[in-house]
Amino acid sequence: MDVQPIVPAEPVVVVRHLRKSYGRTVAVDGVSFDVARGEIFGLIGPNGAGKTTTMECVEGLRAPDSGTIAVLGLDPVRDVRALQERIGVQLQEAQLQKRITVREAVDLWAALYRAPVDGGRLLDQLGLRERQHARFMTLSGGQKQRLLIALALVNDPEVVFLDELTTGLDPQARRAIWDLVRGIRARGKTVFLTTHLMEEAERLCDRVAIIDRGRLVDLGAPAELVRRHCPTATVVVVTAAPEAAAAFAAIPGVTSVVQDGTTHTIRGAAGGLVTEVIRCLAGHRIDVRDVRTDLPTLEDVFLETTGRAMRD
Amino acid sequence: MLRGLWRLTWLELRIFLREPLGVFGTVLAPVLVFLALGRLLGGRVRATDPDAADVARDLPVVVAMLVAVGAILSLVAIMAIYREGGILKRLRATPLRPATILTAHVLVKMLLSTTTLTLMAVAGRRFVPAGAEAPWLSFGVAVVFTVACVLSIGFVIASVVPTARFAQPLGALVLYPMLGLSGLFVPLDVLPPGLQFVARALPFTPAVSLLRGIWHGEGWASHTGDMAVLALVFALCVALASRVFRWE
Ligand SMILES: Nc1ncnc2c1ncn2[C@@H]1O[C@H](COP(=O)(O)OP(=O)(O)OP(=O)(O)O)[C@@H](O)[C@H]1O
Ligand SMILES: [Mg+2]
Repeated sequence: MDVQPIVPAEPVVVVRHLRKSYGRTVAVDGVSFDVARGEIFGLIGPNGAGKTTTMECVEGLRAPDSGTIAVLGLDPVRDVRALQERIGVQLQEAQLQKRITVREAVDLWAALYRAPVDGGRLLDQLGLRERQHARFMTLSGGQKQRLLIALALVNDPEVVFLDELTTGLDPQARRAIWDLVRGIRARGKTVFLTTHLMEEAERLCDRVAIIDRGRLVDLGAPAELVRRHCPTATVVVVTAAPEAAAAFAAIPGVTSVVQDGTTHTIRGAAGGLVTEVIRCLAGHRIDVRDVRTDLPTLEDVFLETTGRAMRD
Repeated sequence: MLRGLWRLTWLELRIFLREPLGVFGTVLAPVLVFLALGRLLGGRVRATDPDAADVARDLPVVVAMLVAVGAILSLVAIMAIYREGGILKRLRATPLRPATILTAHVLVKMLLSTTTLTLMAVAGRRFVPAGAEAPWLSFGVAVVFTVACVLSIGFVIASVVPTARFAQPLGALVLYPMLGLSGLFVPLDVLPPGLQFVARALPFTPAVSLLRGIWHGEGWASHTGDMAVLALVFALCVALASRVFRWE
């Protein structure tokens, strides 16, 4: 069972040896990666890891200290004007004028670009039509975020950059935004996002790059990273059958079986552990009261590779 | 080059007018204070005190300078709020340029200042009769020119103030001494020599000299020096502001 790694066939973003410091703080310390056309690419990492700095260098908002960046074949610093027409950005913690209305913002943005999309249609797509006359300051967090995404889409960009797009939103609003982002990909665009929600990265991203303290830790499809860094899965079986513990221990690939009364905790190689345990249960006709699986997720990879969940 | 300028100007004007206190504070309050003072002092002061006649004679200049200072402070405050709120940073990621954003705000301030001054001129005629020979048109042109030039001082302050909370005090700290030394309230000749030197180097001094001269019927030709200095101040401030302008 070998999953083909997604090799970026046609990179729309190429970053090589990117370095950027603020005074004595090294924010990004030699990061290299590619983003392929049509994928959702996620940059994940703890607070202060350098996600925003990396993204803003790619967007042309900051000049790197060294390294090279190409976006759609353009240099973000030198060709920033040409690039702006072809990318859309949503910045972390961006605000608009308090008293600007939704519609006015979209119309202003549309007036700034050469080939804007229809503002009304955009508002429909993002579910903002009934709030189009509302002022920015009266919008809910989710509505603000949807408006900021709408503004990132006004110029019909080829690449969309979304920095922490669901931070501070409730689960419903978050899911609605995920659907929106999938919709952007479905329309043939490339999405480059950052998040520190592992669930978001796992569900949304085709590939993720983990960065920590300005360095790239690893890069790949979420499932691939899980296989690489967290090869161990756990299955917990509750059964009174006396022969169970020995049967479990005999399963190929199992590394440990811990018995606590009727509860058996089985650890082994993530690949086929669940199947093997079910086969074993069926083969030995073992009666089972409960089965739980604890499979590694991107969260575990994150903890494994960056050492802790949060850092400042 | 200035793509989006008109739309942004129009939008910023409408957004400003939505702020109830802003409209009252910048446009209506000065007119009302002016009218109240005029009613209180108007004819009486002029009749008894010959010196007060000078104040009355210079009143349009005083008012124009105060409105200009108000416009600068307001420009500084708005830019600080936009910077602090990340609005400038978001605008930066669009094809808008800093010059366009600043120009839009300057145009809004110019429009509001002109409106205030026109209202005052119309409403104040009853209390401070200007006489038929008053050069309204020339004075109006001089005011627009002066306000545009001194607003550039606002660019520089606006380009660097980090937060909205410091914007107003810092602006006032820079502007009020300049206003005090501009020759508007105290003639420059009575100042000690050192202070006189400082006063003559400050940009409000030629502004006052120009406005006063034009208001009292002097020709433009006798104020080319003032205009040249104001234009220089404008050029220097714009150049400086574009170098130190911070988006965040
Ligand atoms: N404008 C700035 N001036 C000085 N230091 C900065 C600036 N922006 C970021 N930094 C520092 O650079 C490092 C990386 O910051 P960055 O914002 O890129 O991290 P991040 O991964 O986006 O974090 P978060 O998850 O909190 O958004 C941090 O140590 C931060 O303090
Ligand atoms: Mg960030």
